[in-house]
Amino acid sequence: MEFLYNFFVAPFLDIAGSPVFFVEVVLTGLLTGVMYSLVALGFVLIFKASRVFNYAQGIMVLFAALTLVGLMEHGAPVWLAVILTIVVMAALAVAVEGLMLRHLVNQSEIILFMATIGLAFFLQGFGELVWGSNVKALNIGIPDEPLEFHGVLLSSFDLIAALTGAVLVVALALFFQKTAIGRALRAVADDHQAALSVGIPLKTIWITVWSVAGVVALVTGIMWGAKSGVQFSLSLIALKALPVLILGGFTSVPGAIIGGLIIGVGENIAEIYWGPAIGGAIENWFAYMLAMVFLLFRPQGLFGERIIERV
Amino acid sequence: MFYREAGQFKTTYSADQAIFPIRQDRWFIAAVLIVAYVVVPLLMRGREDYLYQAVLIPFLILALAAIGLNILTGYAGQLSLGTGAFMAVGAYAAYKLTTAFPDLNIIVVFLLAGLITAAVGLMFGLPSLRIKGFYLAVATLAAQFFIPWLFNKVAWFYNYAPSGTITVPPRDFLAWQVTGPAATAEVRYLVVLSILVVFALIAKNIVRGRIGRQWMAIRDMDIAAEIIGIRMLPNKLIAFAVSSFYCGIAGALYIFCYLGSAEPEAFDIILSFDVLFMVIIGGLGSILGSILGAGFITLLPIFLTNAPQILGFGIRADLQKHFEFMIFGSLIVVFLIIEPNGLARLWQIAKEKLRRWPFPY
Repeated sequence: MEFLYNFFVAPFLDIAGSPVFFVEVVLTGLLTGVMYSLVALGFVLIFKASRVFNYAQGIMVLFAALTLVGLMEHGAPVWLAVILTIVVMAALAVAVEGLMLRHLVNQSEIILFMATIGLAFFLQGFGELVWGSNVKALNIGIPDEPLEFHGVLLSSFDLIAALTGAVLVVALALFFQKTAIGRALRAVADDHQAALSVGIPLKTIWITVWSVAGVVALVTGIMWGAKSGVQFSLSLIALKALPVLILGGFTSVPGAIIGGLIIGVGENIAEIYWGPAIGGAIENWFAYMLAMVFLLFRPQGLFGERIIERV
Repeated sequence: MFYREAGQFKTTYSADQAIFPIRQDRWFIAAVLIVAYVVVPLLMRGREDYLYQAVLIPFLILALAAIGLNILTGYAGQLSLGTGAFMAVGAYAAYKLTTAFPDLNIIVVFLLAGLITAAVGLMFGLPSLRIKGFYLAVATLAAQFFIPWLFNKVAWFYNYAPSGTITVPPRDFLAWQVTGPAATAEVRYLVVLSILVVFALIAKNIVRGRIGRQWMAIRDMDIAAEIIGIRMLPNKLIAFAVSSFYCGIAGALYIFCYLGSAEPEAFDIILSFDVLFMVIIGGLGSILGSILGAGFITLLPIFLTNAPQILGFGIRADLQKHFEFMIFGSLIVVFLIIEPNGLARLWQIAKEKLRRWPFPY
């Protein structure tokens, strides 16, 4: 009885009792959601262009952040470190294409997926071998002060993170829609063979996509790293991004954004209002359950391409 | 020269449909069993239990889990990342059963734990009727995160132990103590081995029978399978149930015969990935491959840990950990590039070569 009350009545009383706090919870959730969206974005880019479900995206975030911090510790200024890290991520893209993907063309999706898990193991060992495995603080001078807006408290850091995410998404959208490479990318995503036959170089496309995913990983790494330090657990946010992916659809950039926001808000509300009723620490699985319920109604996610099966 | 089926005539249908229709294969299997049951225990008499405890027992248990996952992923084509969670269900079910009914035979406990896991697996298999591919894989991750959380939060599952861990009580089977701290490694090894042999045989028979063929049809093209009259609902659910049954028994053995005591964290996503690696490296859609893959993935880290000492150059422990990760990852990628069909395919190629040996063709 008490459990039912705690589960069905008390949370709504709390919400009605303090609407400002509820707004704060929603906004915090939205800002966390932006972070999830950023990770999911990296997945979507690679999946769209090469049908590779890149499990290593989370490790790429860690690797990019580690490289950035490592360079800064060696005395490089922020702008130089960022540029060098982008170069490193591009080099990684070239290596992945040349050493791994090229040899796995035409393999089934699960083989490619397992190969990216292998890549994740490699990158984890490599990153920590080069830069060490202790927790590092990442400070690139983003102010973190509480802001008050009509009685609602927010952190300026979260706002800047959200803005960065928005800018990144707009830039990616422009890149995909307006540039020649972007059009080629979409062609490859639609049909590998048709794209090859009209003379689009698959190799360049894959390198570009993995590099762009590397840049997205770097931005994500900066945001998460500045918030919670650069350490191994950073790579686990990949697991957070997976429910975002199935919610938004594997192939949709807007889906990744909106999916991330839904998961962020849902998770925060559930943890704060329903967490106490069922024992807390539910953020590990809540997103998955939410996504699974969505899937039962829309098997291709919110914005995924409609699955039309032909025989 | 030695591996020829020439002159082996089959006069009955049952002889033609035997699991090992070629005489040399039967001898080989018999030899493997003799080695496993007689030679290994004799060699191990009077030595340390390291080989049992660190290599053989986890290898056999994970081979059972790999067979379970291979039934689901390799035969029925449903990708699952929740193996660890299903093993946890089996472990906790066995623990609850044996503490609630101490007189129940431990083998019966394992089987019942498998059945309970099958029921749970059935539940998490329901989404497979609507979704497939990676969407389904991520949905099974829901089980992977939800189930250990549940076992952590609800104290009933670990009998309100203050430490939050489950510790295996001592249980006997016939005259031998099978579980608990006093059980010898030899007995545990033989129990695990026997269970693996029996269930590998059962799995082999399931997958080459009617159900197995239906699974393979669904895996290869589900629409075509549906059109020729294979019913999706029962077949997919049976695949989830059978697979979870195997994983459940493997999970129960993992606690009862290997770890002795554990928390839900023992069944994390790393374990799920390890079992998936075994299935892929061993070969999708092959029972033998699951066992070979389990051997490969169990032995590789042990080899990598000990290789520097054996080769005679010592490196710092933390550096070595990083090198292990790098080498493990690259070996996986290299292996997938060289032989995407796994060890089972290599075994098949070796047999083909052996048939013609010493002639080139």
